[in-house]
Amino acid sequence: MTKTVTDVICPFCGTLCDDLEVVVSDDGKQLLEVYNACAIGAEKFLHSQAKDRITRPRMRQEDGTWKEITYDEAVEYTANMLADAKKPLMYGWSSTNCEAQAVGAEIGEAVGAVMDNTATVCHGTSLIAVQDIGIPSCTLGEVKNRADRVLFWGCNPAHAHPRHMSRYSIFPRGFFTGKGHTGRKVIVVDPRPTDTASLADIHLQIEQGHDYELFDALRVAFKGEKLPDVVAGIPKEKIYEVAETLKSGRFAIIFFGMGVTQSIGKNHNIDAAIAVTRDLNEYTKAAIMPMRGHYNVTGSGQVWGWQFGFPFAVDLSRGFARYNPGETTSNDLLRRDEVDAVFVLGSDPGAHFPFNSVKKIYDLPSVVIDPHETPTSEVCKVHVPVAFVGVEIGGCAYRMDNVPIETRKVVDAPEGMMTDEEFLTRVLARVKELKGV
Amino acid sequence: METVTLTIKNQPGLFLEADSITPDAFAGKKAEEIVDLPVYVGREQFRLGDYFEVSGNAGATPAETKIVVNGDLSRVKYIGMKMTAGEIVANSNADMYVGAWMQGGKITVNGNVDAFAGTGMKGGEIAIKGNAGNYLGAAYRGDWRGMAGGKITVTGNAGSDLGTFMNGGEIVVDGDVDVHVATHAEGGRIIIKGNAKRRLGGQMVEGEIYVFGSIDVMMPGFAYREDVDVDVDGIKGRFALYEGDLGERHRKRKGQTIYAKLYQRIEA
Amino acid sequence: MAEYLIKNGFIFDPVLGIKGDVADVAIKDGKIVETTALSSPKVIDATGKTVMAGGVDVHAHVAGPKVNIGRNFRPEDKLFNCTPGHGIERMQGGFSVPTTIRTGYNYAHMGYTTVMEAAMPPLYARHTHEEMRDTPILDQGAYPVFGNNWFVLEYLKNHEIENTAAYIAWLLRATKGYAVKVVNPGGTEAWGWGLNCDNVHDPVPYFDITPAQIIKGLIEANEYLGLPHSMHMHANNLGNPGNYTTTLDSFKLSEGIKPNSKFGRDQVMHHTHVQFHSYGGDSWANVESRAKDIMGYVNSHDNITIDMGQVTLDETTTMTADGPFEHHLTELNHLKWANADVELETGSGVVPYLYSPNIKVCGIQWCIGLELALLAKDPMRIFLTTDHPNAGPFIRYPRIMKWLMSQEARDQQFDAFKYKDKVIEATNLAGMDRELNLYEIAQMTRAGPAKSLGLSHMYGGLAPGLDGDVAVYDFNPNEPYAPDDIEKAFSNAKHLFKSGVQVISDHEIANNGNKRTLWVNAKANENPQVMRDIKEKFLRYYTVTLNNYEGSGHYLRNPHVIEVDATQ
Repeated sequence: MTKTVTDVICPFCGTLCDDLEVVVSDDGKQLLEVYNACAIGAEKFLHSQAKDRITRPRMRQEDGTWKEITYDEAVEYTANMLADAKKPLMYGWSSTNCEAQAVGAEIGEAVGAVMDNTATVCHGTSLIAVQDIGIPSCTLGEVKNRADRVLFWGCNPAHAHPRHMSRYSIFPRGFFTGKGHTGRKVIVVDPRPTDTASLADIHLQIEQGHDYELFDALRVAFKGEKLPDVVAGIPKEKIYEVAETLKSGRFAIIFFGMGVTQSIGKNHNIDAAIAVTRDLNEYTKAAIMPMRGHYNVTGSGQVWGWQFGFPFAVDLSRGFARYNPGETTSNDLLRRDEVDAVFVLGSDPGAHFPFNSVKKIYDLPSVVIDPHETPTSEVCKVHVPVAFVGVEIGGCAYRMDNVPIETRKVVDAPEGMMTDEEFLTRVLARVKELKGV
Repeated sequence: METVTLTIKNQPGLFLEADSITPDAFAGKKAEEIVDLPVYVGREQFRLGDYFEVSGNAGATPAETKIVVNGDLSRVKYIGMKMTAGEIVANSNADMYVGAWMQGGKITVNGNVDAFAGTGMKGGEIAIKGNAGNYLGAAYRGDWRGMAGGKITVTGNAGSDLGTFMNGGEIVVDGDVDVHVATHAEGGRIIIKGNAKRRLGGQMVEGEIYVFGSIDVMMPGFAYREDVDVDVDGIKGRFALYEGDLGERHRKRKGQTIYAKLYQRIEA
Repeated sequence: MAEYLIKNGFIFDPVLGIKGDVADVAIKDGKIVETTALSSPKVIDATGKTVMAGGVDVHAHVAGPKVNIGRNFRPEDKLFNCTPGHGIERMQGGFSVPTTIRTGYNYAHMGYTTVMEAAMPPLYARHTHEEMRDTPILDQGAYPVFGNNWFVLEYLKNHEIENTAAYIAWLLRATKGYAVKVVNPGGTEAWGWGLNCDNVHDPVPYFDITPAQIIKGLIEANEYLGLPHSMHMHANNLGNPGNYTTTLDSFKLSEGIKPNSKFGRDQVMHHTHVQFHSYGGDSWANVESRAKDIMGYVNSHDNITIDMGQVTLDETTTMTADGPFEHHLTELNHLKWANADVELETGSGVVPYLYSPNIKVCGIQWCIGLELALLAKDPMRIFLTTDHPNAGPFIRYPRIMKWLMSQEARDQQFDAFKYKDKVIEATNLAGMDRELNLYEIAQMTRAGPAKSLGLSHMYGGLAPGLDGDVAVYDFNPNEPYAPDDIEKAFSNAKHLFKSGVQVISDHEIANNGNKRTLWVNAKANENPQVMRDIKEKFLRYYTVTLNNYEGSGHYLRNPHVIEVDATQ
C-alpha cells in the first residue's frame, strides 16, 4: 500500500508551488512518485531517494580523501572553527527553512560572523535598488487576478521557474482575468530568443548590457519627451509602442531576473526598472517583482531583517550589525582576504562563485552543510549531510513575493541523520560553551 | 597646529578598522594616550599602539591637530571618518571609507583609496593624489542624502558610482571615470577632466556634470540644448549642454522646469 | 516563581482608583496578590518612586511584512545606531523601525508589557507570528485586516452579518488573530486598480458596496460574535485636509449599536490614530485643526474609544495597509516607496517621512494630536499612541507624556517651530492650559487600552488577580520637577515585572521574559455556505491552497487563547 500526501510544497525555486502530490510507501520511508511538479521540482524530491546518498559527516584527510566522522565530531569542529575565527563568513541560507536561519543568525551573533545569503550573487542588487528607490509590488495572486500587462525582463521562467507562467503570470484565469492568457499582453525583453520570448506579444531583443538605457528611454516615452532614434538597439517607435501598451493596461506587472540583476549596471538596472513601475502608477496600476531563485532565499532576508535590520551581507563582527554591499558581500570579503573561516549551509558557492573566491574557500578552514555532494563539498574541510528541508523535514519558507508557506515533511530522513536546525542548535550550544556565555 | 605622526608597524592579518584615526579622537591627547585608542580586527579589539608607532601630541582641539600616517595603509579602513576639523595626511594607499561622513578639515592621501571614500560627506576637503575606488562621494546605502558639501579632488581616475545621490559640494576627477555618475543626484557639481564611459546622470534630478573628454554612450534621457562658453575649475572652453534626465521628476522654479545639466567640452 | 513586594511607591492605578497614595504591591505566581498572601518575598524599595501597572499599547506596527519592508529597505535608519548585546541582551538596531529584539527591550524600558500589532495581512500571518516570537518580553496579539477582504465585501454587500461573522471566526482561527481591523475600507481594494474610496459613500469598484456598508457591517458582525475587542477602525481619507467630516461620518455608523461582549468593554468602535483624521481646510495651505469637532463627538458618545497617533517631530517610516495613502505620500515627498498588495485581502505601503519642526503642517499635526487628548473628558477612552512608526517611533511616548503633563513643555516646542504663528493660528493648542496628571496618564496608557481590548481581566491595573505586570519609575510626583524629568523617568523604568518575572532590574534588562501570544478563538455556528465559499475562493483565486493557508500555530510563543462562544 502507498499513501498520497497532498498540498506538498516544492523546495526548489522561489515560485514555491504548494499543490504537489507525493506518493510515499506505507511506512513513510520511501518516496515513490511526485505529481504536479515541474521536472526540476520532481527531481529534487526523487534525488533524496538516491541509494548512494551520503548520510554521515565526513572530514577531509591530508591525502585529500574523506573520512567518516560522527555528528558530534562535526559539531565540535564547526563550533571551534567559528569560535576561533576573528571574522568567519557564514554563507548560504537559501535552501533551508526559516527555523534553521534563525538559529544560524544566533550563532553568527555569538561568533561575530558575516552573514550572507545567495542574494549576494543573485538578487542582492535588487535589494540595493529597493533600498534606494523602494518597490511597488504585490503577491502573485494579484497578478493572477488582475494583471493584463505582463513584462518579463531578463528572465526566462520557461526554464528557471517552469510553473510560474501557468500558476501566476500568463495563463491562469483569475477573478478579473477570466480570459486567461488571451486577456493579457505579454512583453519580453531579452537579448536572446528564449522559450519565454516565443510566448510574447512583443519581444524586445535588446542589445546586451543596455538595460539601464532602455528603462530610461521608457520613462522618457511615458512623459512624451523626445527619444534618440535607437536606444539599446531598439527603434524609438517600438519603445513608444511598448510604453503605450504598458500605460493602457489596467494592471501591469514587471518580472525581472538575473539577466538584469547581474549584467552591467546591476542595482542601477533594477533601480531604473522600479522607476518605470513608479511612473506607471501615475497612469494605471503597476507592480514589479524579482524572480527569486532558491526557494527560501527570500526567507533568510526576512529573518535577518527582523533580527538585524538588513536582508543580506550583514557584518556582525564588531558585535553589532553593519551592512554595505561592496564591502560586506561574500565575494568582496573572499577576494580581499577579509575573512578567516567559511561556513556554508543551503547553497553551493563552489558552483556559483568566481574561481578566485572558491580558491579562497579551499584555502581556509571550512564546513559545508548540505544533503548533496556538491562542488562546494569538494573544496571544504568538513561536509555535514543533513535531511532535505521540504522533503524530510518541514519548516517555513518565503515565496518570491514574500508570502510565507510552511513546507511539509513527506518522508523520513535516513536513520540517524540530523536536520539543519538540529545541527545548528548543537553548534550554537557548543559555541556558547566555548565563548563562556 | 600640533602634529601626530603614526607609522604602521604591523600589518593586520585581516583588515584594521581604525575609525579612531581622526583629529577629533586625538584632540587633547598625548602620544601615550593616543596609543590606547581602540582599533579592531574582525571581532577583536586592539590598541592603536599595537599597530602603529605614535609620536607627537595632538593639539587641544581637532582644528589644531594634524595627523600624518606613514607606511602601507592598504589594509586600514575608516581613516578620517566623521572628522570635523584638522588635517590628515596619509602617505600611502588607503583602504575603504577614507573621510566617510566627514564634516570638516582636510584629508590628503598620497596614493590610491579604495571604495566609499567621502561617503555621506557634509564638508571639508579630500585630496586623493592617486586613483579612487567605487562609490566616491556617494550616499550610504538607502540614504537619499548623499554628499552635501565639501570638495573631493582625484588626481588619477575614479571608479563607478561616483556621487550617487549627491546634493551639494564638488568632485573633481583629473582622469577618467567608470560607469554611473551622479545617479539620483539633486545638486552639486562633478567635473571629469578625462573620459567617461556610460550612464552619466541617470535618474538625475538636478546638479551639474562637466566632461572634458569623451562619453561612450549618452543617456537617452539627456537631450542636447545648445553650445555654451563655460569657465569651470579655472578652465575656459566651449561645451555642448545637455539637459536631463527627461524621464525623471523635476522641480519647477518660476514656471521653468529645472533639469540636471551635463556639459561636454567640444573645444578648448 | 519568586514573590515580590514592591514597597512604599506612589501608586497610580485607575482600576483601584488610587491616585498617588503610598502603598505596597505584591506579586506571586505571576499575578498581583494581596500583600498578606506573600510568604518570603523579595522586597523592592519603591520609596519616592512612581508605580503603575505595565503599559498596554493598543496600536503599533511592530511585527509583520510591512514592518520588515521598512527595516530592510531603510539601512540608513540603522546607520550608527546598531548596538552590541551584553549579558542576556542580544544585539539591536534601528531607530524608527527597530529590530524585533530592540522593540521588545525598548517597550520594556518604558514600562510597557503588552503591545498589539495593529495590522496583520492574513496571508502573512505566519510572518507576523514569527516576528512576534522573536520579540522578547512583551505579550502580543495581532489584528488581521478585514476592510478590503473579498469575502467581507461580498457578504456585506447584502448585509449578511451571520456569514461575515462566521468568516471572521474562521479567519481569526486560521491566522491566530486577535481582533477585527479595518483599514481604509474599500479604498485599498480600489487601490488594486490605482484608485481609492475618498469617503464613506464612495463605492468600491466592481464590488457594488460602499465603505459605510463595510464599516457598519463589520461592527455588527463583531458584536454578533461578542469579541473581546471592538472593531478597530482606520477610516477612509486619512491624512487629507478636510477629512474630519469623513471621520465623523465613520463615527456615526456606530450609532445605535450596543456592545455585546463579556469582556468588559463599552465601545463598539475603536478609531485609531485620530490625529491623522482631524483635519479641516481644503488644501495644505489652509489645513487646520478640527480636534474640537472630533472630540465633541467622542465626548458625547461613549460607544467609541480612540487613540492619538501623536506626531513626534522625528524622521520616521510610515507604513499602513492604506495603500493609496502611501502612494499619495511618496508623490508629496518623493522618497522611496514600497507597496505590497495582497490577493483577496488587503494591501500596504511604506514611505520614509520627516516630520520637521520647520514645516508648518508638521507643527499643526503635532498640535492636533495633543488637542485630542487635552479635550478628552474621559481619559479612559483615548489612548496614547504614535501609530508607531507612522507619526513617530514609540520610544517617544514619554515625551508625549511630558507634553500632555506640562504646558511649559508645549510652549518650548511652540517656540522651536519655524512657523510658530501660523501653527498657532491653525490650531487651538496654544490656548489650552490643561495639564494631565499621572492618574490620567495611567488611564490613557494602562487601564483604558486594557479595557478597550477586552483584557481588563488581565492587564491595566494593580488589583489582585490581574497579571503581575508592574513598572517602577524614578519619579517622585510630590517633588518639584522639570518637564524633561518626566520624559527621562518614563523612558527608563527602574524595575519592570512581566507576568511576575522581573525583566528589568535597576534599569537593566534582567530577563528575556515569558512572552505570550494572544489570539481569539471564536466559536460560531456551523456555516456550510461560508465553508463552501472559502473552498471555492482558494481553489479559484488564491495562489496558496487552503490547507497551506492555516498556520499550524507552532510559531506562537506561549499561545494564550481567549475563547469566545458565539454559538446559539
